[in-house]
Amino acid sequence: MAKILVYALLFVCLVVAVRASIKGLRNLPPYVGSLGRSWYIGFRVICGAILVFLIMPILVIIPLSFNSEPYFTYPMPGFSLRWYEDFFVGEQSKVWHLAIKNSVIVAIFATLIATALGTIAAVGLSNARLPGKTFLMGLLISPMIVPLVITAVGMYFFYSLIGFTPRQLSEIWSGLHLLPVILAHAALGTPFVVITVTATLVGFDQSLTRASASLGADGLRTFFKVTVPLVLPGMISGALFAFITSFDEVVVVLFLAGIEEYTIPRRMFAGIREQISPTILAVATILVLLSILLLTALELLRRRNERMRGMTPA
Amino acid sequence: MATAQQTMHTYEVMGGQSLKAALAKAERRNKIRAFMLVVPLLVFIAFAFLAPIVRMMYFSFENPVIVETFPKTVAALADWDPTGAPTPPEEVYAVLAEEISRAAKDRSIGKAATRLNYDKGGMRSLMTKTGRRVSRMQAGPFMDGKWKEAFLKISKKWGDRDVWVTIKDAGRRYTPSYYLKALDFRRNAEGDIVPEPESRQLYLLTGMDSVWVRTFWISALVTILCVLLGYPVAYLLANLPLRYSNLLMILVLLPFWTSLLVRTTAWVVVLQTEGVLNDVLMFLNIIDERIQLIFNRFGVLVAMTHILLPFMILPIYSVMKNIPPSYERAARSLGATPWTAFWRVYFPQSLAGIGAGGLLVFILALGYYITPALVGGPTDQMVSYFIADHTNRSLNWGLASALGGILLVGVLAVYILYDKVVGIDNMKLG
Repeated sequence: MAKILVYALLFVCLVVAVRASIKGLRNLPPYVGSLGRSWYIGFRVICGAILVFLIMPILVIIPLSFNSEPYFTYPMPGFSLRWYEDFFVGEQSKVWHLAIKNSVIVAIFATLIATALGTIAAVGLSNARLPGKTFLMGLLISPMIVPLVITAVGMYFFYSLIGFTPRQLSEIWSGLHLLPVILAHAALGTPFVVITVTATLVGFDQSLTRASASLGADGLRTFFKVTVPLVLPGMISGALFAFITSFDEVVVVLFLAGIEEYTIPRRMFAGIREQISPTILAVATILVLLSILLLTALELLRRRNERMRGMTPA
Repeated sequence: MATAQQTMHTYEVMGGQSLKAALAKAERRNKIRAFMLVVPLLVFIAFAFLAPIVRMMYFSFENPVIVETFPKTVAALADWDPTGAPTPPEEVYAVLAEEISRAAKDRSIGKAATRLNYDKGGMRSLMTKTGRRVSRMQAGPFMDGKWKEAFLKISKKWGDRDVWVTIKDAGRRYTPSYYLKALDFRRNAEGDIVPEPESRQLYLLTGMDSVWVRTFWISALVTILCVLLGYPVAYLLANLPLRYSNLLMILVLLPFWTSLLVRTTAWVVVLQTEGVLNDVLMFLNIIDERIQLIFNRFGVLVAMTHILLPFMILPIYSVMKNIPPSYERAARSLGATPWTAFWRVYFPQSLAGIGAGGLLVFILALGYYITPALVGGPTDQMVSYFIADHTNRSLNWGLASALGGILLVGVLAVYILYDKVVGIDNMKLG
């Protein structure tokens, strides 16, 4: 019985894909022959399969996080919120809450540093007369390109040589133990801010800042009252990139954080290494929700940016 | 952004100097101001990012342990020619006796023994044992002239040419030996560079299954898979009406924005032997017994392709968006078949996108660590895994740095190629 259902489901998917392609067929120019038409349908079915490949794994784990039994198979025997309970109030919740706290602290500070430094640098970089611009840009973007392991291991060696380790730092002040990870994540986040803000500054009308200066505003005032509002969408999307980069990063954390310092990705990494518990799927589902929120925020920003530049909204 | 005072100042200057000089000065001030804006980030990146990497590269050939623990021995060994006598003269034994017993007392011998053990297995126990015995002997009767005998009594290995060659080699303050080791080469007694014998190739096998070939091969395969899967999707997205393409774009962007660990978790759940895909395949009677889909090369390729696919689709899409449809139509109206029109007219215009996406995916794939570590088997680990492993477990920082150095050179080469083909300024996100 269940088998028939699955086959029926697959069949329905196929019918929907073919129907959608057939609907598109009407828009084809009349000179397209029957071979062209069948290729057209075939092409859409292939694309559909690839899109399913992209989204499927994420969709598969969301229902499983509500499974009443700790197995990862369909059909699920029952619906339950117990894994979410585990995460929010259960026995293990303390560990997870600590991980959330660490992740949020690191991500927020790293984002602030990356956004501030990145935005200012991007304003300088978009000056057409800056000498060695390509070289500087290449240098500032390199944290994104250099393999994470090299960055992490290099920082681990360097920071332990100069006494910049979590243990030594927390002897100075206990709140400093996350500083190495924060600095590392800030460095990893800056390229995103530089890229997005530079992109917003393309076609930036320099006469606006000159107008501001001619009206008597000094450099600082011009920057905050004229430049910042205009590049704000780029700044925010760069900041979101920096935030998610830090929030998702595990290699640097593995090397630079203390042995007992866990962040959410590090917890998940440890969890997958041993035995995946359904609690991890609950956390994963919450993280997917977070990315949906971020994605929505970015899309709204993009539209606002296009409106402000007088383009037609997509 | 000049202030009112500065403007006044400029007028005064203009009164005194030629307009050209004043302009040059203003231009220069403009340049300096632009540069000053970049400086804070530059300083930060220099400290937090570049300095660690430069220091790491220094680690890859710096080799201070032996020359600092046994300075006199190293100096004495410089005169010994390994191709001649199989063992160095008596004086070298005497000098080493003095230094090894001192090292045993101040406990610096452990580090030196570990360092020698990287080059030749068994050196650690030889050194610690010798250190212990020699320091006892030094307290005893006068030993002058009998050190060689005493050493050979402690262990026959002290009559072995290779042991002394190892110490002599490790005594250089700067050494290429980590790089040689990283590529599975070594120096023999004659000082020639030869491949390590197969039994000594611990992780890094030469030949087709070497970690380097494997890293390159997995990255290339993932890049090709991404092109094959990404190109049709990008084409569809670029040619659909906006309201549909925006909707489908979400399917590309959501995985792009989803945590790497979430996606890796998802693939573990889907691919594991008791997992969803095996269930479905069993259910549909496509397979008779559960098959291994994870902790092997297949799992690594699937998961990495899935994670990197958006990095391929987005650049191709943005290039295709700017290809005017009229060219292809013109080709059709001139009698080209749909395939010719696509292949001769459309495809060449979209090559820039494939180049941008392909190089980006390839660069990112080269450095992958987390995904192969979680969904791959022991023979699917890439260079990054061994860098982490030598840093954490064998604590051989020199070798870890040398592996990192070679990987970095590879990545930077592709990065420079990327700059030449695409231009760093054109890098786009999302």
